[in-house]
Amino acid sequence: MADKIKIAQYWGAGCGGCDVALLDIDAKILDVHALAEVVFWPIGFDGKLADIEAMPDKSITVSFYNGAIRNSENEHVAKMLREKSVVMIAFGSCACFGGTPGLANVTNKEEVFQTVYKDTASTDNPDFITPQTHLKVPEGEVDLPEFYDSVKTLDEVVDVDYFMPGCPPTVNLIALAVDAVAKHVTEGADLPPKGTVIASDKTLCDECDRERVETGRRIEKIYQSYEIKADPKKCLLDQGIICIGPATRAGCGSMCPKANMPCRGCMGPTKAVMDHGGSMLSALSSLLNITDSESKLSEEQIIELMMQVKDPLGTFYAFTLPKSLLRRTVTEKRKRKG
Amino acid sequence: MSSTAPNAGGQTKAEEEDFEPKIIVFCCNWCSYAGADLAGVSRLQMPPYFRVIRVMCSARVDPEFVLRAFQKGADGVLVAGCHPADCHYIGGNYRTRRRIALLRILLQQFGFDPGRLKLAWISAGEGEKFQKTIIEFTDVVNELGPSPIGSSD
Ligand code: SF4
Ligand code: SF4
Ligand code: SF4
Ligand code: FES
Repeated sequence: MADKIKIAQYWGAGCGGCDVALLDIDAKILDVHALAEVVFWPIGFDGKLADIEAMPDKSITVSFYNGAIRNSENEHVAKMLREKSVVMIAFGSCACFGGTPGLANVTNKEEVFQTVYKDTASTDNPDFITPQTHLKVPEGEVDLPEFYDSVKTLDEVVDVDYFMPGCPPTVNLIALAVDAVAKHVTEGADLPPKGTVIASDKTLCDECDRERVETGRRIEKIYQSYEIKADPKKCLLDQGIICIGPATRAGCGSMCPKANMPCRGCMGPTKAVMDHGGSMLSALSSLLNITDSESKLSEEQIIELMMQVKDPLGTFYAFTLPKSLLRRTVTEKRKRKG
Repeated sequence: MSSTAPNAGGQTKAEEEDFEPKIIVFCCNWCSYAGADLAGVSRLQMPPYFRVIRVMCSARVDPEFVLRAFQKGADGVLVAGCHPADCHYIGGNYRTRRRIALLRILLQQFGFDPGRLKLAWISAGEGEKFQKTIIEFTDVVNELGPSPIGSSD
């Protein structure tokens, strides 16, 4: 045991899928076992924060943090693991970009509490009692984490060394990361440069083997994926199904298009892109049918054409809202007349 | 985008006087920038709250540019290009028109009044249209008041 490195895995605001993904690496898990001792893994076994707190700084080699930052506890543990770890990895789309929980940035704490503790049909809470961060009861005092207005990414609260996108990261990408750490520990090989995204630098379309229309690509009409039976060979976007592939980083092996489903963008934006949604919006707008009679179309007809994209925010930022340029919704103070 | 009534919002007098809107205007090189130039050399009077950024074609205005402008606190963004059928690069402005329409829907989902983003067709000879567009857009932005960015944090 003495020579083993120490690793930790924690979940913030996530679904547990990332924890399971780490176990999914089949025989590679034996490499991990030969190499490492897991010192902290709340979903796997009982461990106390106090034990981690008592460890010397930098005594954990790698921390895998999955899930977004939703409350003060997520942030507190992230900071603690950062101090105790040599390498901090944002594991999965939630930690990297906010992921699905990040879509809650279209609302805020007040509205979430209103829904969860009052409006849901199964809730009986006439006095609208909501969680307090601090409460005195006869038995003593209790503290609960503070729920934030906005969901944050891991790198908003701590310094992150590597990013492993994916919902959850795929087995081959995890194997890549494990190999890199193993080589570093056993052979002294250099770790990848800080900030590396452990995935591909290409776009998903580059690794997708569906046939694309190469010149004069155009979409006549946009379909929701349940509205048509997709041709299994042709590019989904060419068939009018919104596939986020053109704006998304490769690395998953284009899993969803392989299963005849459009990409929803869980690998996040490509290297050159600041805003996943803006990039997809641009790609999609350029593909929509431009005809000879274009100059005669009225502004209203154009709006109608674009209204075919139902819920652009939810479609284009399904995994990356907290990492987008605007990060969350805002409220106008004034309403314009007319 | 029809409202031209100056400062018709519900703001207090003080706010109204203090507010100096930040307006970003993207102008394509071949038509709108020349139109803006003409407005300038013709000494047409306009409210001084806009900054012009010249791009080769309105289609060069990546949606990211617009989102970035709003992220950095712009109160309004105007994208100006050649009239339909007049784009120097044939169909650039048709792409622009789609993007801006979709961006306005998106901005509305983000909670912004879509009136903060405007598209206008202004030719090289339309100095007066440039002036009128700036005056009207400034009115709309004035009426809306400061950008809500950061309001819900
Ligand atoms: S990235 Fe996906 S699998 Fe991982 S915690 Fe988030 S939602 Fe779950
Ligand atoms: S848009 Fe989707 S289906 Fe088409 S090539 Fe790209 S990833 Fe494949
Ligand atoms: S195809 Fe898209 S949504 Fe599916 S796993 Fe890959 S990146 Fe994620
Ligand atoms: S060159 Fe003016 S819009 Fe394309």
